[in-house]
Amino acid sequence: MSDSPDEKIIICRCEDVTRADILKAIREGGFTDLESLRHHLNIGRGPCQGKTCIPLVIRILRQETGASMEEIGLPTARPPVRPIPLGILNVNEGGGE
Amino acid sequence: MSENDIGTSRIDRHPILEFHRRKELTIYYHGRPILAYEGETVASALYAAGVRTFSYSPGLDRPRGLFCAIGKCASCVMNIDGISNVRSCITPVRNGMIVEEQKGAGTFPETTVGDYETASPELEADMVIIGGGPAGLSAALEAADLGMSVLLLDENHQLGGQLIKQTHRFFGSKEHDAGVRGVTIAKSMIEKVEASDKVSVLLGTTAFGYYPGGVIAAVKENKQLVKITGKRVLLATGAAENSLAFENNDLPGVYGAGAAQTLMNVYGVKPGDEVLMVGSGNVGVIVSYQLMQAGVRIKAIVEAMPKIGAYFVHAAKIRRFGVPIYVGHSIKRAFGNGKVEGATIVKLDDKWQPVPGTEFDVKCDVICLSVGLHPSYELMAQAGCAIKFIPELSGHVAVHNRNLETTVPGIYVAGDSSGVEEASIAMMEGKVAAISAAFSLGKPVGEKRKEADQMLEHTQKQLESLRDGPFGARGRNGKRKSFELYEQLTGARV
Repeated sequence: MSDSPDEKIIICRCEDVTRADILKAIREGGFTDLESLRHHLNIGRGPCQGKTCIPLVIRILRQETGASMEEIGLPTARPPVRPIPLGILNVNEGGGE
Repeated sequence: MSENDIGTSRIDRHPILEFHRRKELTIYYHGRPILAYEGETVASALYAAGVRTFSYSPGLDRPRGLFCAIGKCASCVMNIDGISNVRSCITPVRNGMIVEEQKGAGTFPETTVGDYETASPELEADMVIIGGGPAGLSAALEAADLGMSVLLLDENHQLGGQLIKQTHRFFGSKEHDAGVRGVTIAKSMIEKVEASDKVSVLLGTTAFGYYPGGVIAAVKENKQLVKITGKRVLLATGAAENSLAFENNDLPGVYGAGAAQTLMNVYGVKPGDEVLMVGSGNVGVIVSYQLMQAGVRIKAIVEAMPKIGAYFVHAAKIRRFGVPIYVGHSIKRAFGNGKVEGATIVKLDDKWQPVPGTEFDVKCDVICLSVGLHPSYELMAQAGCAIKFIPELSGHVAVHNRNLETTVPGIYVAGDSSGVEEASIAMMEGKVAAISAAFSLGKPVGEKRKEADQMLEHTQKQLESLRDGPFGARGRNGKRKSFELYEQLTGARV
């Protein structure tokens, strides 16, 4: 473990992404919009689908890049927006698989 | 932890609330029997028994506990009866339930398709309302009164949203329940909704997707798929707690202020013994006072801004008890072995940067974050509503007009989901949305229509008056932006 405080600042709880990870991706990886940063680090793709982390990530991006909200963008909100059991999708309809 | 710890954080005496505990049940936490009461959640029962760690994180194996306690953040997911990723904070206890800490992303269940219902009902109503908080309840009552059939969904096992934990008296006009406690308003609205033969209520039902053709997919009791369509739809999905970036911000004991409020005011469980409150807005200061009413000590309130954000009357109550309020300070880190044992506070300069050498520690077992909420816009985005970032409304919202209709005709928003404001505003917005929806369906007619016209006009005026003055400026400006965006995007004038 490094001593950098940023490594102990958890931005995305579901996927364990730290502030240090995000700063590195922006500064060294050139991921300067929300969607690509999200693909790179898997931010906001856990059970909560970004409900806690996205506002924090947006704040870091704005500080680091000075980008506008329009430039930063918003990730696509896909179903399910809440954790659900996949088994419920296995409904017997139309006799299909 | 000894058996003696069980039940020690249950609140027995409270100056405002009475906790009528229902039937005693037993749940098993890693084989250990835990006392629970019918009607409470897995999280509250575990919490009362002293359990703080609910899971270990997937990459860094860090202990995690509650954060929002209203089913939004997924920080509390556990293995319940062999199923991983179940939100313990909104799952009601059942006798004999087997609960285990979740490790990482969880495990596949041993039985695959087990107990799921294979039939999926398709439900319809004139007005479908997602979210049974103040906006949803108020809309349901109004819509029913105007002759619409209503289907009201909530993922919690009781109605009322965040209103059921508001023990303070409301402001505003006398006509709109000023001087009445939120819990009392909630009780009255819930009773009316339950008594209405026009409103069907589905509790424990989570809407998880908005699909083409206007189909809302929901899951009932984690067991059954339900497909819902409404002639009109109100997405009153509320808001989620904001987090803050500081060291060990995920340590069990770091909670949203609303989570502390849920534990103590809904379930009668003390969140801890000594609390550091971060944020001195109305929520932070009101929740601090409510924590004191529950017998919890407030060690300090920290505020990054140079002055206290709350209304004077709320802040004065706290000050009278000698609680230190550190303005121009922020939290630098939380510390503790597996759970919060204290926090380091630091002074900020005029550029919001920490001033080295000004750090000091506060011993506490809970850190409450009261740093705002952001609207839950996800279902609106899936429905195709235009989503814009409006800072005065606290985040991304579905652009809507004065009648609360979004850019997708027939889909409405109201309450915190349309911009974070107060519960009294949420109730009025619910009403406006319901009346507008009824009008668009040609309901009601005759004399009743004239009354409804007047009611709409009147409620719009009420909303304007609540947003009048300096404290309402934020909401007023935010809404104006939304209305203007609506005109630009739809070419309509409302």
